[in-house]
Amino acid sequence: MDYYNPLDLAKFGDIGKNAPEAANKFFAYYGEVFAEGALTEREKALIALAVAHAVHCPYCIDAYTNTCLEKGSNADEMTEAVHVAAAISGGATLVHGVQMRNILDKKTL
Amino acid sequence: MSEATFAETLAAHGLALLKAKADCLQVNVGSLCNLSCGHCHLEARPGRTEVMDRATMDEVLALARRAPFASVDVTGGAPELNPDIAHLLLGLGPCAPRRIFRTNLLALEGRDDLLGLLADGGWGIGASLPAVNAAQVEGVRGAGVFQRSLEMLRVLNARGYGQGPGQGGRLELHLVSNPGGAFLPPAQGPATRAFRQALGRQGIAFDSLFVFANVPLGRFRSWLERSGNLEAYLGLLRQRFNPEVVCGLMCRSICSVGWDGRVYDCDFNQAAGLPCLTAEGETLHVRDGHGPEQGAAILVGEHCFACTAGSGFT
Repeated sequence: MDYYNPLDLAKFGDIGKNAPEAANKFFAYYGEVFAEGALTEREKALIALAVAHAVHCPYCIDAYTNTCLEKGSNADEMTEAVHVAAAISGGATLVHGVQMRNILDKKTL
Repeated sequence: MSEATFAETLAAHGLALLKAKADCLQVNVGSLCNLSCGHCHLEARPGRTEVMDRATMDEVLALARRAPFASVDVTGGAPELNPDIAHLLLGLGPCAPRRIFRTNLLALEGRDDLLGLLADGGWGIGASLPAVNAAQVEGVRGAGVFQRSLEMLRVLNARGYGQGPGQGGRLELHLVSNPGGAFLPPAQGPATRAFRQALGRQGIAFDSLFVFANVPLGRFRSWLERSGNLEAYLGLLRQRFNPEVVCGLMCRSICSVGWDGRVYDCDFNQAAGLPCLTAEGETLHVRDGHGPEQGAAILVGEHCFACTAGSGFT
């Protein structure tokens, strides 16, 4: 059995089978979040694409690569979005080095 | 279980695709083109020999004079490459209040004679421009095409196209965009804003943008097959079937004449080889002297899902 099967993406809604109320609330919230607001649907899709990479979700990467294309984004914009995710992910790792330094400073002569 | 056909899908929604009054005469003057675009449903390219001759043009003109249309729409291939294009444009000019000439922009380069004829005759321009990003445009149309397209748009602007009402009336400049691959286009509103912003930075103005899904026929279908995208793309088109757009589909109101004078319900049926039929089931030729009959059934195929996906092809 594959852990990640692209066809499983279409079954996302099945998550409501044993908890329909929670799932309905989640999907209603999800729809509201991605509707055009202060940000356009295109901008939100680019953010989602970046986050999808940061959380290493292949389903989300598949879904939001296609959504970005359908919302009119191009490969330059999408690649820059992924770099933003990489910069924040890398920065988050590095900034924890401050904790390491704090401990090093305390424990070492 | 096999997927529902387009006809079955219509029937499941209680819909039928019947001809309304054909108020637009679309003339495809041939599949000869200076480009070989990846999304072309007609497989137009340099070297194609299917080109409308003057005798067929005269039959088109006879039809246009006999059965007045609200609009005429000249397309190809690259219609600029038809040696008798001026004859057709001059004849069609007085036949309809609205006139649109389709161009890929590059075929207009160096054609001041034709540009003058179009502007003097009040012909609007429908210019295809897949995107406002060089890589996307050139992925579809070939290297070096983007900047040359922008340059021709500037030439059209300088001629008064896309600049609002001016001396001698308004010269319309409409852009037509198709996605650069196996995905659906953005909604027209946001896409128009993006085009206006990007082209505005280049000093280019236009009247409106039309975004259309790529139709799985011809060269685009071959690419879908080669790239392993066909099944998923057809699935996407089916999934986005929108019954609300059916009554406004352009095939209901177009008389589409092919390069050899055969009449179709739309340019896509022309590519698919599905002729326009009379109520008695007979095929129609432009020399028959009348357009499609109101109420006649329109032949449909799998490709029709491209026109009913999302906001549709109206």
